[in-house]
Amino acid sequence: MNGTKNIMIVGVGGQGSLLASKLLGRLLTDEGYDVKVSEVHGMSQRGGSVVTYVRYGSKVYSPIIDMGEADFIVSFEKLEGARYTKYLAENGRIIVNTQEIDPMPVITGAMEYPSEILGKLREMNVNVDAIDALSLAEQAGSAKAVNIVLMGRLARYLSISREKWKEAIAAIVNKKFIEVNEKAFDLGFGYEE
Amino acid sequence: MKKLLIGNEAVARGLYEGGCRFISSYPGTPSTEITEFAAKNDEIYCEWAPNEKVACEAAFGASLGGVRAACAMKHVGLNVAADPLFTLSYTGVNAGMVICVADDPAMHSSQNEQDSRHYAIAAKVPMLEPADSSEALEFSKRAFLLSEEYDTPVLLRMCTRIAHAQSIVGFSEPLPLPDKKYTKNPEKYIMMPAYAKKRHPFVEKRMNDLRALAETSDFNKEEIHEGAQIGVITSGTAYQYIKEVLGDSASILKIGLVNPLPVERIKNFAKKVKRVIVCEELDGVIETHCRSIGIEVEGKSLFSQIGELSQSSVAASLGIKHQGGYSLDENLPVRPPVMCAGCPHRGMYYTLAKNKVTVIGDIGCYTLGAQAPLCAVDTTLCMGASVSGIHGFNKVQSGEGSGKTVAVIGDSTFIHSGVTGLINISYNNSASTVVILDNSITGMTGHQQNPTTGYNIKGDPATKIDLETLCRAVGINSVRVVDPYDLDECDRVLKEELAKDEPSVIISRRPCVLLKYVKTGDPFVVSGDKCRSCKMCLKLGCPAISMKNGKAHVDPTLCVGCGVCVQLCKFDAIHNSGGSMR
Repeated sequence: MNGTKNIMIVGVGGQGSLLASKLLGRLLTDEGYDVKVSEVHGMSQRGGSVVTYVRYGSKVYSPIIDMGEADFIVSFEKLEGARYTKYLAENGRIIVNTQEIDPMPVITGAMEYPSEILGKLREMNVNVDAIDALSLAEQAGSAKAVNIVLMGRLARYLSISREKWKEAIAAIVNKKFIEVNEKAFDLGFGYEE
Repeated sequence: MKKLLIGNEAVARGLYEGGCRFISSYPGTPSTEITEFAAKNDEIYCEWAPNEKVACEAAFGASLGGVRAACAMKHVGLNVAADPLFTLSYTGVNAGMVICVADDPAMHSSQNEQDSRHYAIAAKVPMLEPADSSEALEFSKRAFLLSEEYDTPVLLRMCTRIAHAQSIVGFSEPLPLPDKKYTKNPEKYIMMPAYAKKRHPFVEKRMNDLRALAETSDFNKEEIHEGAQIGVITSGTAYQYIKEVLGDSASILKIGLVNPLPVERIKNFAKKVKRVIVCEELDGVIETHCRSIGIEVEGKSLFSQIGELSQSSVAASLGIKHQGGYSLDENLPVRPPVMCAGCPHRGMYYTLAKNKVTVIGDIGCYTLGAQAPLCAVDTTLCMGASVSGIHGFNKVQSGEGSGKTVAVIGDSTFIHSGVTGLINISYNNSASTVVILDNSITGMTGHQQNPTTGYNIKGDPATKIDLETLCRAVGINSVRVVDPYDLDECDRVLKEELAKDEPSVIISRRPCVLLKYVKTGDPFVVSGDKCRSCKMCLKLGCPAISMKNGKAHVDPTLCVGCGVCVQLCKFDAIHNSGGSMR
């Protein structure tokens, strides 16, 4: 509403979105923006649907992102991407990890995992960037690097240099994993559908 | 130094800068990180108390002893600490004392959405409410000066969107520590009728003094915009939504000292605008105050008193069009929180569901056992209510329900307030069976130590309360321990204890699978040719097991090899992928 940029990170509790939001928060603060990062701890983290809001600009007020406001949604899981599409702004972009994690109604057989999610989003003229982040993370050396693969993808659309991203990655990840994460970032950034 | 901090970490820093050197708390979302972050600072003594009442009283003791002290809790925790709070208002403090209370509008992780501001009004103590991390730091620091100047405990009200939102803060120099030796002062510190009667007028005078402060203090701030027709009185996170929606088009009176509220300042503010709107989350506390001083305002007629506000809800309430989003017309499966793969509670809940017992539940991760497919919980009220509740339930069920009901409670919750209920079961003799789900940690709030774990908040070894000995000491003769990964044992012991005509305790013991020291096993796999698609394994509600192409499938990225599902499969279709079980 006031020039503030909005990035949402959505996924399943336990998928490691915390590190992604920490990376973004650090990077954007270093760039000199006013930044707010908001997430909910506690019960919702137990395998439930989780959301992190990252907002930056010259002055940020609300800590949350509302429907129709997100410039980017980075979804760690396909169904969660569909769930939060209503938060995407017109001409916004959704980056979706194609990994599927069955929610409880699917596990109990009450419902089926929705098919054709990505096709339906594209039919609605949503800018969808689908990426098999799990395979790329494994290629980089660790399945846990899914979050950094997706951040690498996001980096393509933000005007912040790759060097700055890598500095921020080096500052927040465990030294032992810097190499794996840098590789994951590059794979995410360069991946073509 | 500028840093991006969650509100709770900013409070921890603010308490430190304010000279706080003693913190006693009980974990509760969204307040937990205040004490966790403070505990990383070696200059502050920090501890997890068994419950909020103990924490608040311990903090009072430290204040009495001459050290600035604090305690932190969630909104429902203040119900537990309400007893000391109301009389602390009378005694006042020696060194400054701050009680941090975090409300949870929208109930992200709570059983109700009560508004803590009512406590400040009822107990007649000042309450501060920050609107971002920077104010969280500043207010918690200045709260100690307020506390000492006005001889009162100070409530600091947080809410989920302030406590768990990160924004930029600047650190500054800590205040000098106070020189407050303890000196005996019976008329101030012994609240028996003769002395308390003398203190009550002091409390009323203090509130008057604080009201005068509210008229001038910079805890309350005015943003006057020339020509603005609308004036909004707001506080906390609601201020942020108002600014987001109205920007500089409205004048604002932002309240930081939410109790007591100013009078003349509100009247003067109202004179400057044509329309006065009060925007606050949960109850209409400021609105009621405005009406009581004769100011015509609009408040809850516009904004809901249910759940959280947001920029879109505030915009809608003000008749401003908010940008819409894409709508995907699809009935998507919900994804509620679930018990983790390998959660030790699952085996016991399966056993309870299988035996069709009525389960009086409690507060913790194990409340999740209420959900499908286990559906194993009948009621959940508040901390400790399972153990107290089953006693009353069984007393009136004479015969019918007896032997078919259990209470379930976690280790931390049992110590918090379950043990008093167990004393009642023993003393007033009901043949109740209490299952203590001992996962050796305070789970839901994110792994805090408690008196049964053998470690303190710093992770150093501490006295470990032995649950078996404790239960026996309060008069329970039948105390059994089972491994919830062993379904046969759980079933046998449950049946035996339910059949007994005396109080009994079953301790279902296995550490939380998410604890770092817990070694998990290799994932199990399903032999497609052996699986008959009977779906027995799905009855566990394990997030790692689902049906794929008509056969059971174990997700290798989630399975931790607990082996509970293996015990349910009649066709030996689920087996080890290699390596040792558990």
